[in-house]
Amino acid sequence: MSVGAETGRGDRRSRILGDLRGARNIGIALTSTVVFFAIVAVVIVNSAGWPEVRKAFFDRTLFGNSFPEVGHAFLLNIRIFCIAEALILVFALALAVLRGLPGPVLFPFRLLAVLYTDLFRGIPTILVIYILGFGAPALQLSGVPSSPLFWGVTALVLVYSAYVAEVYRAGIESVHPSQEAASRSLGLSRAQTLRYVIVPQAVRRVIPPLLNDFIGLQKDSALVALIGPIEAFRQSQIDVAATFNYTPYMATALLFILLTIPLARLTDWLIARDRRRQSAGGPR
Amino acid sequence: MSAKVSALRLDGVYKSFGSAEVLRGVDLDVGEHEVVCLIGASGSGKSTLLRCINLLERIDAGRIFLHGEEITRRNADVNTVRRRVGIVFQAFNLFPHMTVLRNVTLATTRVLHKPRAEAEADATALLERFGLADKRAEYPDRLSGGQQQRVAIVRALAMQPELMLLDEVTSALDPELVAEVLSVIRELADAGMTMVIATHEMSFARDTANRVCFLDAGRILEQGPAEEIFTRPREPRTQQFLERIIAAGRL
Repeated sequence: MSVGAETGRGDRRSRILGDLRGARNIGIALTSTVVFFAIVAVVIVNSAGWPEVRKAFFDRTLFGNSFPEVGHAFLLNIRIFCIAEALILVFALALAVLRGLPGPVLFPFRLLAVLYTDLFRGIPTILVIYILGFGAPALQLSGVPSSPLFWGVTALVLVYSAYVAEVYRAGIESVHPSQEAASRSLGLSRAQTLRYVIVPQAVRRVIPPLLNDFIGLQKDSALVALIGPIEAFRQSQIDVAATFNYTPYMATALLFILLTIPLARLTDWLIARDRRRQSAGGPR
Repeated sequence: MSAKVSALRLDGVYKSFGSAEVLRGVDLDVGEHEVVCLIGASGSGKSTLLRCINLLERIDAGRIFLHGEEITRRNADVNTVRRRVGIVFQAFNLFPHMTVLRNVTLATTRVLHKPRAEAEADATALLERFGLADKRAEYPDRLSGGQQQRVAIVRALAMQPELMLLDEVTSALDPELVAEVLSVIRELADAGMTMVIATHEMSFARDTANRVCFLDAGRILEQGPAEEIFTRPREPRTQQFLERIIAAGRL
């Protein structure tokens, strides 16, 4: 069993890099990569429209001018998705747990959780943002902020919680019932069993899809701009309108990528470390 | 009822899963410090019986008493009962995301509310007693099957149960690892632990059990001292079962 698990791990690690053992293989991989990208570059640069596109999208001076502005506005994106993600992780877990509650008495809660996920996964995010952003402040609820930013974040939390709750639920259901039996047999209550045995294992298993949703959320933080707040995308639109040049969009795109790629690698590393530590044959 | 209250008493216990009747009126009396082995073919109800005693399964009819107290009554607190009854499973069921030490201390800190330092000291002492002291910081998947099962036994023992239920604890082990687990159980028996053991290890049952019960189709068909059951079984079904076991070279 442990031997099989080890080969499985090895395969997983080398899937992207292929079988890059031996100097000859590395040489071939390098050459083919260089040749491939050289061909792509040559084709693009020699296309008829390239001089125009280059001016419109890759203007070095404009890039230098707009990058600090867009970068500053990007801080708002970071605030939006960090606050939203923190709320989502908690709220979605509550939803997933609610949906898993046993017994006929709790049926209404389960029903509620199901309806919630159906509703918010079904409506396009942008509509939820519009409806809440323009509708909710009109209610003039006392004690509730009416700023578009507040309602934009709320909309993202509501939509993404529906997705993330499903991810959590899949994780919870993937933990074998014998784990619950073992925990309950020791006298732990149902809540304690969830807290110490089921949820920790479930969350570890769903970290990759959770990250997937987190990256989606980061990108969708730009949608909040549609009801007013000036975040990176909105700022780049303003810059584009001022210069009739699309370079600020490229700056914004770069900012998003600079954030998501390291995050993805960090998560991969965390998962690999966890796996090594818990399973047979790895370093201590 | 006898003057001395038995550690465990089952009174006409029935249990079905859907249309399958798994237990069909089981009566059993286990005295203090007694070791009872349940033998019988797969599907005869051994595991279900143990899970019912631990209240992991709700029985359909009958009553179960723990030291004279009915634990199957409607308002019984299942968590309190389970605190008093330890169970060890065939597949170990250790918590893979926790170290050996955390596996053992989870229930003692969260259920018995022992201070962490005390719980860890107690757990370490128990692990030492069963030759696992150097494994306390390891994760379960890094241990051999025999070591994992010994940890599972320690985890149950740490709750200082009045009764231990062992559910075919050696069935998932490689043959060369069976002995280390059986010797742990023998040690527990010698220390006076009351145990109900479902097992396929007939020679172990013969050597360790005070009494052997043969389960057949959800009933205890025959019971008595190990020597008697294994050498002079009365019931034809018991004889058949033992003949098959002997033919398989397991006795």
